[in-house]
Amino acid sequence: MTQLVYLIPLFPLIGFLINGLGWRTIPKTAAGIIGSLAILASFVVSVGIFFEVNSPSFHGPVLVHLFDFIQTGKLYIPFTFQVDALSTLFLLIITGVGFLIHVYSTSYMHHDEGMVKYFAFLNLFVFSMLLLVLGANYLVMFIGWEGVGLCSYLLIGFWFKNRDYTNAAKKAFVMNRIGDLGFLVGMMMILFNYGTLSYGEFFGKLGTVPGALGENTYNWIAVCLFIGAIGKSAQIPLYTWLPDAMAGPTPVSALIHAATMVTAGIYMIARSSVLYNLAPFTLHIVAIIGLATAIFAATVAIKQYDIKKVLAYSTVSQLGFMFLALGVGAYTTAVFHVMTHAFFKALLFLGSGSVIHAMGGEQDIRLMGGLGKKMRITQITFLIGCLAISGIPGFSGFFSKDEILAATYAHDPILYYMALAAAMMTAFYMFRLYFLTFTGKFRGTHDQEHHLHESPSAMTIPLIVLAILSVVGGYVGLPAVISEHHALASYLSPVVSNAGEHHMAAGTEWLLMGLSSGLSVVMIIYAFTANKVPSFVPNTGLAKLLENKWYVDEIYDAVIVRPLAALSGLLDKFVEKSGIDGIVNGVGKGVRYGSDRIRMLQTGQVGFYIFVMVLGIVALFAITFFGVKL
Amino acid sequence: MILVLLILIPLLTGILSFSINGNGAKNLALLSTLATLVLSVCLSCTAGTESSYFNVPWIPNLGTSFSLIGDGMSSMLCLMTGIVMLVVMIVNRNKEVEKPGSFYGLMLLAQAGLMGVFLAYDALVFYVFWELALIPVYFLCSQWGGEKRIPATFKFFVYTFVGSLMMLAGLIYLSTQTPGINSYSWPSIAHAGASLPPAQQVWLFCLIFVAFAIKMPIFPFHTWQPDTYEQSPTPVTIILSALMVKMGMFGVLRWLFPVLPAGVAYWGNTVVVLSIIGIIYASLIAIVQADIKRLLAYSSIAHMGLMCAAAFSPSNTGIHGIMVQMFNHGINITGMWVIVSMIENRWGTRDMTKMGGMATSAPQMAIALLIISFASIGLPLTNGFVGEFMLFTGLFQSASIYHIGFMVVAALGVILGAVYTLNMVQKVAYGNTREQVINKDLDVNEYIGLAIIIAIIIFLGVYPKPLLDLTAGVVNTLIH
Repeated sequence: MTQLVYLIPLFPLIGFLINGLGWRTIPKTAAGIIGSLAILASFVVSVGIFFEVNSPSFHGPVLVHLFDFIQTGKLYIPFTFQVDALSTLFLLIITGVGFLIHVYSTSYMHHDEGMVKYFAFLNLFVFSMLLLVLGANYLVMFIGWEGVGLCSYLLIGFWFKNRDYTNAAKKAFVMNRIGDLGFLVGMMMILFNYGTLSYGEFFGKLGTVPGALGENTYNWIAVCLFIGAIGKSAQIPLYTWLPDAMAGPTPVSALIHAATMVTAGIYMIARSSVLYNLAPFTLHIVAIIGLATAIFAATVAIKQYDIKKVLAYSTVSQLGFMFLALGVGAYTTAVFHVMTHAFFKALLFLGSGSVIHAMGGEQDIRLMGGLGKKMRITQITFLIGCLAISGIPGFSGFFSKDEILAATYAHDPILYYMALAAAMMTAFYMFRLYFLTFTGKFRGTHDQEHHLHESPSAMTIPLIVLAILSVVGGYVGLPAVISEHHALASYLSPVVSNAGEHHMAAGTEWLLMGLSSGLSVVMIIYAFTANKVPSFVPNTGLAKLLENKWYVDEIYDAVIVRPLAALSGLLDKFVEKSGIDGIVNGVGKGVRYGSDRIRMLQTGQVGFYIFVMVLGIVALFAITFFGVKL
Repeated sequence: MILVLLILIPLLTGILSFSINGNGAKNLALLSTLATLVLSVCLSCTAGTESSYFNVPWIPNLGTSFSLIGDGMSSMLCLMTGIVMLVVMIVNRNKEVEKPGSFYGLMLLAQAGLMGVFLAYDALVFYVFWELALIPVYFLCSQWGGEKRIPATFKFFVYTFVGSLMMLAGLIYLSTQTPGINSYSWPSIAHAGASLPPAQQVWLFCLIFVAFAIKMPIFPFHTWQPDTYEQSPTPVTIILSALMVKMGMFGVLRWLFPVLPAGVAYWGNTVVVLSIIGIIYASLIAIVQADIKRLLAYSSIAHMGLMCAAAFSPSNTGIHGIMVQMFNHGINITGMWVIVSMIENRWGTRDMTKMGGMATSAPQMAIALLIISFASIGLPLTNGFVGEFMLFTGLFQSASIYHIGFMVVAALGVILGAVYTLNMVQKVAYGNTREQVINKDLDVNEYIGLAIIIAIIIFLGVYPKPLLDLTAGVVNTLIH
């Protein structure tokens, strides 16, 4: 079965080719069916492979060689897939959640004229994402890595007539490229020091071959790869593209900008856990950047009014939690949170899509309210999502987030308190969103109220499935105080090695759990009392600062974008046109001036010419006979 | 025999074409380029494993014979020339041009010159074809070019001609240093050059390299290029930017590296620094261009800068990367120019601020533009990535102590490249359709031409092995 792994990316590729080449002839419904079936087929194969990988008889990673990609001299990079516990888990998440989102899209996008193109892009995205996780070396990962960036670009700018949207698409691609440069340099360092990009060979050599810079080699490589992760997973300072990416259709936000692509950075670091364990300094940086992002993005989410912007900043914040987990060496915990987050964040985004659909495109939560009465399924599933992300016991987010908090506490209690604060803010802004949207009185126009309706079943069934997963998904990783056996950690243990296991007293663990869940409940109650009626009074002071996202976009614009544009203009006008070209033309003019002078010699008098000729002959003789050798 | 035919076919059909008018000239040119392409393919099938040679006496008194070589590098470049010329002929089939007989005749003569340059195994033969390629292009620009064609082409001609003369002086000097009677054949020139004392190699390098630096062009010898590209008719711009710039890069690899190793070692870091400045400088300037032709001109300078930087910090991977990238850059930039000429024909402007909405009005063209754009910024699974990755690896692995700095600064060009290329795509293809636009999508010829380009982009992006195998042998001879 594992030898058939190439089928998994092949199906979406075929789907892409069919819809991509037939974008003018294929009917919309057929496009949706082709696109969804392609992912379903991949999911089925993935499930088959999962059972094989999960069985006791499975030993070590299976490498499936497809063809030689680059071969020159000593450099050899094959196009090879690797099947092991980590890649298989991601296969399930990508194809499983991906399939649900495809099904949802068949209904959500049905009124859009570009629906065939949409499914082509969506299939291409899944194909790239599968390459990313299946690659057996960093280059194949990089191919997928940039491929998902391309699809993200195409889908953010899906409605290409709107200039703001295409700006957002461009911004996403360029910011990802900045990170990709780090990834590229990291790969160069690995090649330079170890002569290979294959995971197996590289990790095997890591402990024994120190590299050109000794111990520092590990940190340099790890930092460079992490820069790539910062770009793709939207961490400080390269996160500003993700909120703008909400310009794309909402199911795209669910799939790409919440559930799968943005977790690529987590995957990469978990995949490289052997390397990161040797680079403790880098792990510190990872933890600090993750924590800072978690807190920072949460503060912004508190004051956003666009339903998708709240979810976007919440995604950035949750990704920060995952990096915090990686930074404290709890790689499996980070992967655990990737999984639960994929369920509940996809659910929340699709739920918001259902709301936007019902509201006729309106996204401002101040103009909603009371939607629960008309949209019962959306309301309940959305509530489950909110409970899960807030870490209420029993829901999936509780298990994974609590594990992150526990690992952080064991690492450093100060980090723990800061992370706890971010988790509290999460509960607050998520329930602020929930209460403003679904409870209270409807605050939109009469016309909108008239049109309010529950979404069709193609949209609600994925919501229900994701809601179920958002509840049960956490039970694969029970806390140590409840169960000795952590199913997910033991499943991943052959591939991912956590940095130092922390065993804390059962009492402490209960206390931490109680503290975080208790505080979450308090925050939910606070959110309820504080958000019965939204205020339309313009914000001032700190609130204004938060509403405007700390003005980070404006700062980047003033510090980087404008100076660069000014420099370009300066180079073009002065250095290029007046400077270099001026000199070139100056030389030309000089020659012409010189020629004008020399022309005076051409007097037209034959006698003068003969005189010069004789001089020349004499000179030639002189050179020849008196041995002036060149 | 193939080697001679590769030059003779375009040469003879080119001369013949002057006496034909109307569609006959187009058909003749198409047939001629098709025949040349078929021969290039035949040559490339064997050249990877075994080089072929051709040799007849030419001017024995001067020590020169008409000597050609078909190795991996020359056959790869002939193949690229063949493909590019064929695409040019296909997409221009239903474009009207004044005096088609002369126009296509000159195009074919330029092709003959290019083929000769790439195949030459004798310094004087090399020089003759070098000039033969230049002269038809000069006439093409000055006869069929834009409004300011006269000053632009004059500058281009004088600039490159000065370079050529310096190169000729250098080559003549080298031939006088060959043992026994003077000889211009490649082995004796290479042997003579490499045995010269380093001090002489250092100044000889300057003489010869200037010609190549102008052709590529390398910062700060590049200012002829944007003006010339802007003023030339697009088929000629394609010859200039896809093919003639490769003459410079090729010259460096065949006529400098083995010939003046000490000179290369002495000037290496200087050239790398100039090239890398060129990458960043040209990319920054490209960002603020409103004219789409000038934007592409500067992007081409940036691309060539990367190749040149990798050439002068030599490593096996880097040199092999140059082979791949020379080919791929030729293909991609041809695709770009083909689209630009369609834009110019339909929109009647090259000013990007006046464009928009191509994705609505001409979706096929917009898709092609998007694919070629992403290939030119080196997206993986397009041909642009493979070469670029190898070039960066080469830069990083070179022996220079600044190798990491070189690679990182050069790679900043990747980010800037994404900025200006996506800006262009956004301005041209997205947004609302402008009024008074001819909403005509690709016609059959344009479709075929672009389909060839895109097929190569994807095929070599996914499976670059054929190209790598073809050029692997040459790399080994160059690096030692």
